[in-house]
Amino acid sequence: MEFLNYFSNVFTFGNILILILGTVGGLLLGAAPGLSPTMAVALLIPFTFKMSPEQGLIMLGAVYTATVAGGAISAILLKIPGAPANIATVMDGYPMAQKGKSKEALHYCFISSFVGGIIGILVLIFFTPLLANVALKFGPSHMFWIAIFGVTVIATLDSNSIIKGLFSGALGLWLATIGYDSVLGVERFVFNPIFSGGINIIAALVGLFAIPQVLSMLEKKQDLSDQFQMEKKSLFQSMKYNLSRFKALTIGSITGVIIGLIPGAGGQIAGLVSYDQIKKVSKNKENFGKGEPDGIIAAESANNAMVGPSLVPLLTLGVPGSPTAAVLLGGLLIHGMFPGPNLFTIYAETTWTFINSLLVAQFLMLIFGLYISGLAKYVIKTPVNYMAAAITILAIFGTYSVQHNFADVMVMLFLGVSMFFLSKFGFTAAPIVLGLILGPIAETNFSQAKIIADTQNGIFDYLTIGPLNLTIISLCILSIIYGLFTEIKKKTNDKDQ
Amino acid sequence: MKKLFLYFTFILSFLSFGSVAQAGDYPDRPISVTVAYNPGGATDFQARLVTMMASHPKKDYLGQPIVIVNKPGAGGKVGWNWFATKARKDGYDLAAYNIPHFVSQSIVFDDTKYNIDNLEPIANWGADPAVLIVGKDSPFNSVADMVKFAKANPGKVTFSGAGKFVGHHIAFLQFQKASGAKLTYVPHTGGVPALTAVKGGQVMAGFNNLSDAFRSQNDIKILAIADLQREKTFLPNVPTLKEEGLDVDNSSVNFRGIMAPKGTPPEIIEFLAAKVPLMFNDKKTLGQMKKGGSPVRIMNRAEVQEMWKARKVSLTKLLAGLKP
Repeated sequence: MEFLNYFSNVFTFGNILILILGTVGGLLLGAAPGLSPTMAVALLIPFTFKMSPEQGLIMLGAVYTATVAGGAISAILLKIPGAPANIATVMDGYPMAQKGKSKEALHYCFISSFVGGIIGILVLIFFTPLLANVALKFGPSHMFWIAIFGVTVIATLDSNSIIKGLFSGALGLWLATIGYDSVLGVERFVFNPIFSGGINIIAALVGLFAIPQVLSMLEKKQDLSDQFQMEKKSLFQSMKYNLSRFKALTIGSITGVIIGLIPGAGGQIAGLVSYDQIKKVSKNKENFGKGEPDGIIAAESANNAMVGPSLVPLLTLGVPGSPTAAVLLGGLLIHGMFPGPNLFTIYAETTWTFINSLLVAQFLMLIFGLYISGLAKYVIKTPVNYMAAAITILAIFGTYSVQHNFADVMVMLFLGVSMFFLSKFGFTAAPIVLGLILGPIAETNFSQAKIIADTQNGIFDYLTIGPLNLTIISLCILSIIYGLFTEIKKKTNDKDQ
Repeated sequence: MKKLFLYFTFILSFLSFGSVAQAGDYPDRPISVTVAYNPGGATDFQARLVTMMASHPKKDYLGQPIVIVNKPGAGGKVGWNWFATKARKDGYDLAAYNIPHFVSQSIVFDDTKYNIDNLEPIANWGADPAVLIVGKDSPFNSVADMVKFAKANPGKVTFSGAGKFVGHHIAFLQFQKASGAKLTYVPHTGGVPALTAVKGGQVMAGFNNLSDAFRSQNDIKILAIADLQREKTFLPNVPTLKEEGLDVDNSSVNFRGIMAPKGTPPEIIEFLAAKVPLMFNDKKTLGQMKKGGSPVRIMNRAEVQEMWKARKVSLTKLLAGLKP
């Protein structure tokens, strides 16, 4: 219970002020397309040079938590995920907003983020010594299978057509191969030097989601607010319903915690995997993709539950559990705090104050998030012309800011316009982005596994021997069989009727 | 309305005239330094530290702030290609260099637009030698143990490092050549993942940054350092590979510093070459670098020019026949 000793440190005037600023700023930054949590934390690191270690870390931690949740705001209201972590939130969040339930959807988003976030931080506080070495158990073979597990999600992600979902996923996997291969040092599909850096994931995310949305807004020329009457549901009702969705919250939080502990996987996978899980076990499968609250609840509890555990390997071993945690490492180092046992002895006060502040940040995120939810109606009521212009500007600025590269903006616009036409044929963006995220993970780890395996007993043995490999392989098989099973059941049900 | 627009264009054109570089006033606005790696990485982190005093009002360094601009991708190629071809040659566009990365890339790849001839070094701030590491539970306790095992089991000893043609890879190639044993290199996507693979036992050994390895001594053993002399501040007890009887020089040491594109006016280069080393030598900067565990090695322009040329020669020899 050592952490309780330092709880009062959080509540100094300066620390609370930084927490509030970090949380509100994080929510807004997160909502801007292109500004992912990783970007936001990286941008703020220079500002912590002049702060005390405590204040610097508190700010970075608060921004990390809040941006992950903030990305859901644009996902729900605009159909544009603020960061890869919020892709799954779009699936049911936007349909809910279209039905006039945007406020309700945002309520679910922040309440679930809160529940997931608290569980994640509690795991960080109580199980750090126990889980410290988990991250080191994951080698190339295990990471390869985890990426394959993600690929099995692609098939069921597109609720309309498995074939189109798989095609989109394959397209994403191909896009991921463009550029410089980091293991073998070879270039592929680099027709023009602008592609030597590959397709930036944020540029693709913004392009594939934002641009088709802008184009269809202009095509239909119809204000969203004309389509429906805002439904009124009180916060209390939302809360009661949200907390009663025990299954979705549990699946989301557990998935998030596990994925957070695995180095390098991060929130982008946590949201999608838990969305897939809840869809598979839910009794109302046909509602998913049409505005099922469970979809939002599972995805948002997962991506926030990932935050705490992603810091476990970071603080104990210097091994980041997510891309954002990797940037946070820089924030620790500039204050001379090296990850390892020292953090919990010499720097115990700073470390525990930081962890406790993350707990407080969850409450602040809930309060400010729910307040922002009430303002959502103004976004929906904005005339469509202004909205389209604003989204385009945000998309261009957001994409450029990632690596100050104009080529990224061109790629973003090209992918966006292509996606607009693809969507006319019933293709969806989420499997493409998932393919783009998983491709490099699967490929890098396979290449490494192959090199290592050749010094041992060959690639087949290397990939299939050991309890951890077998566990993840069984999960992949289960996921595929379950998907097939429900598909067949659906088909026979359709025939019977 | 039209009139307002005219005024506006007038003012704009006036402003742009004002910014034409005049060496006497240089610098009269912020200077950008391009970092070819991601924010939060070691190069980015150190570049931000060593440039933070640039505009300090009480110090006579540059009098203007330095802004770090990250252009990551393809192991640094994206940022440096941009810098060599598109950067303004007026002293307001500078970049951070990583040796041996950019020299070895310019040797092995055909599409790199940069080489030591179209870039002008300003000053060097740091040097991070590669160290030979093994996991805490590894049976190897010395370089000799490892070489003995590797000779008996050709190709079985796996090494991690931060990708191809970076310092770690160069150290590996030199080590392999000098030891005469066949070894296996497993490229990783960065220094931190490569270090994690050693800690987790996914690979048997690795070459990694001295600074990162130094912080991880709870989980790894550091067997040797690939430099000409021992690192006296951080690891005084770790021998060099040379002391262990292996002919490995300092070609793999990761030097970091600031450069300008060729064609930048000589008086501006001279100005920067005089002021930047002073800025790196600032007490506050040095203190922060030490706190962050980043080894400092400040070199002036003439020394860096020598070092670049020497690297080019030794790397061309080492990498001959290694084109991908």
